[in-house]
Amino acid sequence: MVTAFSIVFMRDLFAIVILFGIYSLVSASFFVNLDAVDVALTEAAVGAGISTVLMLGTLALTTRREKKSSHGPTLPLMVVTVTGAALIFATLDMPYFSDPANPIHQHIAPRFIEQSGQEIGVPNMVTSVLASYRGYDTLGEVVVIFAAGLGVLTLLGRFGKRPEITMPSPSMSHHLILRVIAKALIPLIILYGLYIQFHGDYGPGGGFQAGVIFAAAIILYAIIFGTEKAQRVISPTVIHILMAVGVLIYAGVGVITMFLGGNFLGYNVLAHDPVHGQHYGILLVELGVGVTVTAVMLSIFFDFSDRKRIQSIEEQ
Amino acid sequence: MNNFLGLYNYWIVIILMMTGFYIVIAKGNLLKKVVGLNIFQTSVIIMYVSMAKVKDGAAPILTEGVEKFSNPLPHVLMLTAIVVGVATTALALALIVRIYEEYGSVEEDEIHEQDGSF
Amino acid sequence: MISHNLPALQIVLPLISAPLCLLLLRPKLVWIFTLVVCLATLGISVELLSLVINTGAISYEMGNWAPPWGIELRVDEISSFVLLIVSLIGAVVILYARKSVEREIPPHKHTLFYSAYLLCLAGLLGIVITGDAFNVFVFLEISSLSTYTLVALGNDRRALTAAFQYLIMGTLGATFILIGIGLMYMMTGTLNIQDLAGRIPEVLDTRTIRASFAFLTVGICLKLALFPLHLWLPNSYAYAPSAVSAFLSATATKVAIYVLLRFVFIIFGVTFAFEVMPMGTVLMLMSIPAILIGSTVAIFQQNIKRMLAYSSVAQIGYMILGISLASVTGLTSGILHLFNHALMKGGLFLALGGIAYHTGAARIEHFKGLGQTMPWTMAAIVVGGLSLIGVPLTVGFVSKWYLVLAALEQGYWPIAVVVLVGSLLAVIYMWKLVEAAYFNKVDKNEVVVREAPLQMLIPTWLLIAASLYFGIHTELTIDAAQKAAELLMEAGR
Repeated sequence: MVTAFSIVFMRDLFAIVILFGIYSLVSASFFVNLDAVDVALTEAAVGAGISTVLMLGTLALTTRREKKSSHGPTLPLMVVTVTGAALIFATLDMPYFSDPANPIHQHIAPRFIEQSGQEIGVPNMVTSVLASYRGYDTLGEVVVIFAAGLGVLTLLGRFGKRPEITMPSPSMSHHLILRVIAKALIPLIILYGLYIQFHGDYGPGGGFQAGVIFAAAIILYAIIFGTEKAQRVISPTVIHILMAVGVLIYAGVGVITMFLGGNFLGYNVLAHDPVHGQHYGILLVELGVGVTVTAVMLSIFFDFSDRKRIQSIEEQ
Repeated sequence: MNNFLGLYNYWIVIILMMTGFYIVIAKGNLLKKVVGLNIFQTSVIIMYVSMAKVKDGAAPILTEGVEKFSNPLPHVLMLTAIVVGVATTALALALIVRIYEEYGSVEEDEIHEQDGSF
Repeated sequence: MISHNLPALQIVLPLISAPLCLLLLRPKLVWIFTLVVCLATLGISVELLSLVINTGAISYEMGNWAPPWGIELRVDEISSFVLLIVSLIGAVVILYARKSVEREIPPHKHTLFYSAYLLCLAGLLGIVITGDAFNVFVFLEISSLSTYTLVALGNDRRALTAAFQYLIMGTLGATFILIGIGLMYMMTGTLNIQDLAGRIPEVLDTRTIRASFAFLTVGICLKLALFPLHLWLPNSYAYAPSAVSAFLSATATKVAIYVLLRFVFIIFGVTFAFEVMPMGTVLMLMSIPAILIGSTVAIFQQNIKRMLAYSSVAQIGYMILGISLASVTGLTSGILHLFNHALMKGGLFLALGGIAYHTGAARIEHFKGLGQTMPWTMAAIVVGGLSLIGVPLTVGFVSKWYLVLAALEQGYWPIAVVVLVGSLLAVIYMWKLVEAAYFNKVDKNEVVVREAPLQMLIPTWLLIAASLYFGIHTELTIDAAQKAAELLMEAGR
């Protein structure tokens, strides 16, 4: 909370971004405290990781200092006070924190807790709810990610055949120690990503977190050895195709279940035994999620890091 | 006293929420607005996750010998919200980069001055 | 199998097609592909409407999980009507878009444009069809993110700042909605809209529910650009590519109004919203300045797209004014205007795109002599303008007539005066165009201006002709609107 307050008063944008990263990490540990391990893992990977990296990328392309604003803080302060007062007012009739008698623990959720074991057969309830009971929401979420990738690509990147870029990309490959450590670290990160991807049924994790971790491994490679080398491993065209493929895997599972006589995303029909069907369905959609998230994160990262070079073509 | 303890968590969340909200509407620097937006969204996430907590409950993963779990539904909703948040952030940052290229500034006032109108 | 899965296909078809766009090898195919998808989507929504009329509301269980555990899609009299509007405009605009996009957007971005367009369409349809409160938020974000992208594709650099401003205000709105949904969930434990409607009355008298009501209303009003939360709208519409302005002005705010109706009337109920909470007064106090100030500011705009955008702010005011009366007639006028305004504003923005096709922009000075050089486009603008003013035999007249009726029903005669003044102001801003187009000579040194290509002219006239048709044959739309209004009024009693 102190971090949030200091952000209001600081002017050095670099410090603000780093503070924001810390704030996210603190929130993540707070989520663990509240038993929300999946949320914590995602917040740590996304909020503290990806968001911070992107903000630093933006700083590199823009400027570090904030200038003094000319208009006074009176009106915003009033709006904020009124909104805050409305919320405090709202809390007065709220059910108390962590009381098991709260309405949300009485209705709907008990079925997830008591029956998801038999109906879906996956110990991690968050995964069952995410990928099956509310699978349609999660499809929407993957599409949101896809939309963001598309948007950043439209604004900063270049789709389709790109002309040869002559400008070299910056790299840190002259640092021997960094190079050695990175080579040792990257396979481990990918291995960990695979673990998170396929172990999501049992422990915290799943496609989103795994996707971010995969992307992080490649981004690390790109930072140390230069984006050109990284793009030789996985080219922008491949990334753009994978972005689309992930969404198609997810939605495709839904279409197949429709052909097999179920409703959209009704995994029961995928195998003779409904529980097996659920298993296959969840495995496949998590794969789709992982593919899209990895591809979009990479696409966004390359769009930012290549911006200077792409701009040089656009100007010609 | 019970009253105070029962709602304490939510009050903290509201203070955080309003801090973020204030940064968004009062600050002229575009990047700072995005940071504020993120704080605002994170605090909403904390609100949802707080309501999911059950006293003495465990993380919602079926394990032998554990009978009380926290509510998994808000966790699922918030996974979605986090992802939506990062998607919005990425797009906003891309816009900032383009705005800087076109205007040479990321301050709201200077941009409006250059266009000569609000 | 197909007819059973129609509700899902309505969303899934455009949703799957958006990533497929990126996989098409030949960029030229993308437009044809998008067109086919949009037409198919339109076909599905027509089919759904007729199904609903014949057999009543349809509920579809996503993933075969019964609501409230799973997510439900719900097609009823109101949502099928709005689905039809959105997919109709979506199809007409895409027919038009090819020429306009070729002119306004660099070639390597065409694929991305169509993909974002399909996402936006899928998002808007998804908001309308879903029966789950949290799902509304998810699809709201799909449509918003793709909208920001589409707006930023405008060729003026101000499109970027407009998109950023829209992004900030839109995200604030969405987060407010998220807080509102969270508070509702906290008190009831459910997210399904029908289930919420059943469980809310028990806890209606708590402060938490009141606050949640307030947050939802403010959030949605940000999204639908109700005065004074409209600041993002004029610039976004003015600097977006022409096809995007037409699509957004005809659909995005309409869907937001639908969401407002759905939350306020179905979940909370009329009695709570209008008698316990001062919803009617607040909406009325915001919509009257929206009409008057929006129209007045429109008069002073030099950029005609911006002028129409301010006129949209005023027209949204009319819709909300109708809703704020909380009577069957008032709601009928609001819903009717939702449909009618989509036709006329869509048609007008398309016509402006035709002018921008040759002149590069649509400022007042470009209109000089257009009466001779672009007779068909100008005629479309005149007819659309008459409809905005509310001249008899146009759709604009029908909805305003009902609005005045609704106001007089409750003895609010000043509202009738406001409607009249708004119309007079509309006469002034439309007259400026007519004067420039028909009573000014063409500048000799200007670029040669010819009529817009047929591929743009036909969609424009489709919408304008529809606005005439429904102005004369009013039974169909009035009937649908009235049914929807009655349903809403009864829902939460």
